[in-house]
Amino acid sequence: MSQPFYVSPEQLMKDRADYARKGVARGRPVVVVAHADGVSFVGENPSRALHKVSEIYDRIAFAAVGKYNEFENLRVAGVRYADLRGYSYDRSDVTARGLANAYAQTLGAVFTQESKPYEVEIVVAEVGVEAADDQLYRLTYDGSVTEEHGFVAMGAAADQVTAHLHDHWSADLDLAGSVRLAVAALQQAPGPDGTGREVPPEQLEVAVLQRGRPRRAFRRPSVDEVRVALSGG
Amino acid sequence: MIPDVPGRLPAAFLAPDTSSFVEFLGRHAPEALRQLAPPPGSVATPPTAHATTIVALACSDGVVMAGDRRATAGNVIASRDIVKVHAADSHSAIGIAGAAGIGLELIRLFQVELEHFEKLEGTTLSLEGKATRLAGMVRGNLGMALQGLAAVPLFAGWDLATGRGRIFSFDATGGRYAESEHHSIGSGSYFARGSLKKRWRPGITTGEAASVAVEALFDAADDDSATGGPDVVRRIWPVVAVVDADGYRELDDTGVEALVEELVASRRAGARSGGAVPEVGGTPL
Repeated sequence: MSQPFYVSPEQLMKDRADYARKGVARGRPVVVVAHADGVSFVGENPSRALHKVSEIYDRIAFAAVGKYNEFENLRVAGVRYADLRGYSYDRSDVTARGLANAYAQTLGAVFTQESKPYEVEIVVAEVGVEAADDQLYRLTYDGSVTEEHGFVAMGAAADQVTAHLHDHWSADLDLAGSVRLAVAALQQAPGPDGTGREVPPEQLEVAVLQRGRPRRAFRRPSVDEVRVALSGG
Repeated sequence: MIPDVPGRLPAAFLAPDTSSFVEFLGRHAPEALRQLAPPPGSVATPPTAHATTIVALACSDGVVMAGDRRATAGNVIASRDIVKVHAADSHSAIGIAGAAGIGLELIRLFQVELEHFEKLEGTTLSLEGKATRLAGMVRGNLGMALQGLAAVPLFAGWDLATGRGRIFSFDATGGRYAESEHHSIGSGSYFARGSLKKRWRPGITTGEAASVAVEALFDAADDDSATGGPDVVRRIWPVVAVVDADGYRELDDTGVEALVEELVASRRAGARSGGAVPEVGGTPL
């Protein structure tokens, strides 16, 4: 009888993490920016129908990069979780923190127990009554959660994109300013020829959790609205 | 398959399945689907608040739906300010008559049902699709309806595909009926329907339709003890909702108060003179 090869737990986890990280780094980047009027989501996405940013509940949205079918499963589960909770208790009992915890447990379980980890990175954001109440949770493939302040970048060249956001973000940005900043940050990601490039408005997926909107805060600005935002300032 | 552990999203949540919230509840959280199953063995109907008269009428650029504010339990007024007309989603309205607890829960579930579909599919259901879902949900309540706890909705909305307002009525077995002009449900509906029939005409404007809706409720309250009239002492007015291409909106209290006062003044004048009741003009919205 042949002995199975011994692989140390450290090596096993490291291999899984490398595998998932590579998958995530291939995804076109998405940027989440908190600002005075809400939270903006801007991603590179040539598709009009397959979204990387979606509404989860009244004041909660979801953004993801990585393998579409995997984060789509998580998105659907999140909507079911939120709607079930809101229907069983009250709409105010659905929180981004609760959802982030559920995602973290799920991603953690998949990472350690399934044959292959999810190649995804996601952000769960909740817009508050005041800018100080906004919450951004970033979740990685292994179930780690971090609470971020101000901005998050995920996907390809996340380091360069984050560096740009770090240097230029300020809390008093408005919606248009946040979209301009996000697009400028996305353009830091090197193009196929290795240099920065233009990302036209038609290639952008833009969504916003708008503070002060009654009940459902999530909306998708039109391409024209994005164009106007980009041309201002 | 990952085993279900508290704190983690259950495997069923992650599985590709239905876009219907009601079906999802039925399969994975039937205990949350409270009103869709009759309590076992119960025959006698407990004392229950009842909601009455809802009217809806088509107008030139949308639909108007209005409901009185009274709920009764037997001969007692259970509530003077219950709201029986609600937004189902951005472009439709739902009103209920019958057992108030069941009806309000039906509205709440229907609202989640529409929003759930919209979020999962990234698009809204057609108006016909919404009416069909609602019919299915009413049919799900048939067991309780047979025990005396019936609630029947009236549904109206803006049909984005054909660009017009439409009205759907339902019966307790889930029958779904498109109404082309106007309709009323509830114990005062016999009187409201007579009023609507007399005052509605093709091409009626939204402002006139709102006035006709309030008058129909007034006539229902005049003859049906379970329907509440305008409460001028507490200043509680009927809920009047308009759905058109711009979506669902409710008239504010000042607007409805003006309609009520105009109507009461004209009725009072008619009663004093002993002559015919003068026509009430429509107030532009």
